[in-house]
Amino acid sequence: MTPSDLDSFSLLLVYSAMAVYTVAFIAYAVDVARRSAAKPVAAEARVLVGAGAPLEPVTVAPGAAKPGRGARVGYVLTVLAWILHVGGAVLRGLAGGRVPWANMYEFALTGVAVILGVFILSRLWRDLNFLGVFMSGLATVCLGVATLNFYVPPTPLPPALQTYWLVIHVFVATLATGFFALGSGLSILQLIKERRDSGFLRSLPSGVQLEDLAYRVSVVGFIFWTFTLIAGAIWAEHAWGRYWGWDTKEVWTFIIWVIYAGYIHARATRGWRGSRSAWLQIVGLTAILFNFTVVNLFFKGLHAYSGL
Amino acid sequence: MSRSSDPLRPGDHIDSPEAPAWQPGDPKLGVRGWARFLWRQLTSMRTAIVLLLLLAIAAVPGSLVPQRSSDPNGVIQVRQNNPGMVWLYDALSLHDVYTSPWFSAIYILLFTSLVGCVIPRLTHHWKAMRALPPRTPARLSRLVGFQTVAGDASDLERAERVLRKLGYRTTRYGDSVSAERGYLRETGNLLFHISMLALLLVVGPGSGFGYSGQRLLVEGTGFANTLSSYDSFDAARWFDEDEIEPFAVALDDLEVVYETDNPNAIGAPLDFTANVSVTEDGAERDAQIKVNEPLSVAGADLYLISNGYAPRISVRDASGQVVYDQYTPFLAQDDQMTSLGVIKLPDGLEEQLGLRGFFYPTAVTLETGALASAYPDLAAPVLSLQAFTGDLGLDAGIPRSVYALQTDGMTQIAGGDSGAASLTIPLGQSIDIPGGLGTITFEDVRRYGVIDVKVDQTQEPVLWITVVLVVSLLASLLIPRRRMWVKATPAGLELAGLARGEDPTLERAVDDLGKRIGQPAPAREAGAVDPAAAGRERRMDP
Repeated sequence: MTPSDLDSFSLLLVYSAMAVYTVAFIAYAVDVARRSAAKPVAAEARVLVGAGAPLEPVTVAPGAAKPGRGARVGYVLTVLAWILHVGGAVLRGLAGGRVPWANMYEFALTGVAVILGVFILSRLWRDLNFLGVFMSGLATVCLGVATLNFYVPPTPLPPALQTYWLVIHVFVATLATGFFALGSGLSILQLIKERRDSGFLRSLPSGVQLEDLAYRVSVVGFIFWTFTLIAGAIWAEHAWGRYWGWDTKEVWTFIIWVIYAGYIHARATRGWRGSRSAWLQIVGLTAILFNFTVVNLFFKGLHAYSGL
Repeated sequence: MSRSSDPLRPGDHIDSPEAPAWQPGDPKLGVRGWARFLWRQLTSMRTAIVLLLLLAIAAVPGSLVPQRSSDPNGVIQVRQNNPGMVWLYDALSLHDVYTSPWFSAIYILLFTSLVGCVIPRLTHHWKAMRALPPRTPARLSRLVGFQTVAGDASDLERAERVLRKLGYRTTRYGDSVSAERGYLRETGNLLFHISMLALLLVVGPGSGFGYSGQRLLVEGTGFANTLSSYDSFDAARWFDEDEIEPFAVALDDLEVVYETDNPNAIGAPLDFTANVSVTEDGAERDAQIKVNEPLSVAGADLYLISNGYAPRISVRDASGQVVYDQYTPFLAQDDQMTSLGVIKLPDGLEEQLGLRGFFYPTAVTLETGALASAYPDLAAPVLSLQAFTGDLGLDAGIPRSVYALQTDGMTQIAGGDSGAASLTIPLGQSIDIPGGLGTITFEDVRRYGVIDVKVDQTQEPVLWITVVLVVSLLASLLIPRRRMWVKATPAGLELAGLARGEDPTLERAVDDLGKRIGQPAPAREAGAVDPAAAGRERRMDP
């Protein structure tokens, strides 16, 4: 099979993944609608149990609004879409004969796969199926934008990217983004729940629990981001002869790091814990998305690898 | 309950007791009082957050406006395009954001706040690490994971052993064991902040030493590491010319591999390898410099920064006498290595002659008749030059770039509007210069590489500091600081824990301890924690 055949199959898989993500989104949305109609009393019981036992997986007390068939179908479909998606990423890597994250299209492809992978695996730790709408929607939209606007045929690696640092630095950056995205989903729900606690929102864990989860997930993201920053500095020293030069991408990586440092401090500060720190977490993810899109496409700098 | 061995935190930390609000009857603040107040404000968490956010915002302009450090050409361009705004750019240091007074003010305040916060915590933590775990609270039932397991006072010794094995520091208070662990969390936290400070202190003064120089080398030529042999040289503030390491480097050849198969990337460079000879301490050795693989020579790092073509062009006068014969570097303008170059001949011919034009490694003729390069490698090398006669402006004593030709006072005799065609010369051929001045021959072409030589003493210390930084960050975020108590009561052994800081697994840890030191008494109902208690717990121990 020629590289361009592999790339065609990769695209086919990615389009299929998008279709399945869309169906998963619908299933999750139906579940949300169904849960909105659930009896508030039952939902109350679940919240209380949740608050009292924050260390157990959020198990559902008898009679509470269980994650319905919609959520289970949504999860299974998300896993299925993710397998197609990862298959697409792997074929794309084979088509290029290298890791599939060397230009913007590939970075988006792999990045979204990592984000969804973090979400899917988080199931082993906690039932976060209430984030399903957010996650499957995010995957559909991001893959749509990536295939429509960022797609380029596979090309060989330029010499500057031919190093194991590409594998480490970029992959850890996507991993960090995955955790931050999960944290942002939780923070958004927390903020919505603080404003209005009715319907579907009543069936969610309490605002405090959402905040705790968001924080824990974001801390993992922060550790990975710190590592990304340092690995990037080491690579920059090898490639450009200096470990830090305030290149536009370096500036934005620094900005994101500082925002999340602020978030971690805010979380431990009276008057900032709660909705303020949740906003900081969301600002952080916005900066990441800005760094990936606007900075990549419109800012001049040394990280000119978008391929566009 | 004693909080004395808790990590010391700024007053507005979520774990600190809330300070009483100022009452109208309270004494007024004197000068010392105000100083204390301001210092407390500066070292508070709130201030740290605001300064961090300010730092993030202040870093943004540096990514929007070209910076002298990272994009000097962009700076020149912006200033040429907006001459009316230059004063504003200068007044706000917008081309040097990261060394500007306002950016420095923010991070200096941030680090002052950090020092003010860390120093008292250091002494406090030093004492806390030597203190005994705090007294056992009277009522353990209010704490996390409270449970009763079978056992009595005779089991306390075993409980203490188990706790020690789990990494706790323990002590006995009457018929109870008090234990605490996770001191490394605070150690990590302090060490992380100290490493940030160390980073600043090393990078700041450290960048005042060392140098970086750039030298263009045509294949077959070399240079010695002396100040005068560099094309450009940046010395740090305290750089001493005598410290420059004596070595010599010659570029034997520069191999470039281009993609030939992939239809989407024909001509994309796949590899650059500079084969060099290094002379160091009187011994010569062969070495390589590649992208991502710098060469280390006598404490300096050599990088391959860019490459291009240097055609060897010779000029003969009307009588056939050679007046110019050199490899002249041309600068690449696009991915196909269409390269622009200039040759100046102030002497030797009847008139001063300036040549300016393009080198095409693989020349093709477009439909318009213009030449272009179709491939970056040397398949069909052609030179196409415009010629000018008149004053080159070299005698005025003004420094001129070797890559630019000042044609204001000159007459164009070939190419452009001169009426004569550009001088198009395939490799190995000659052409007459209009006006009978002589002939130009395209003799040969070689590659050149641009070598960056850098000495930066901060590299190694910065690497070690970042290693400490990462390890201490992991410790401060992932190690739980917690207390555990085991108390012998008539009903059995009471167990409970208390979190100091984020500790999502505390309850599991108490359960685990319960399993290790006894069988749970039937009295305990799993999960039966009343919501009010959960809320209270949270307020005390986030």
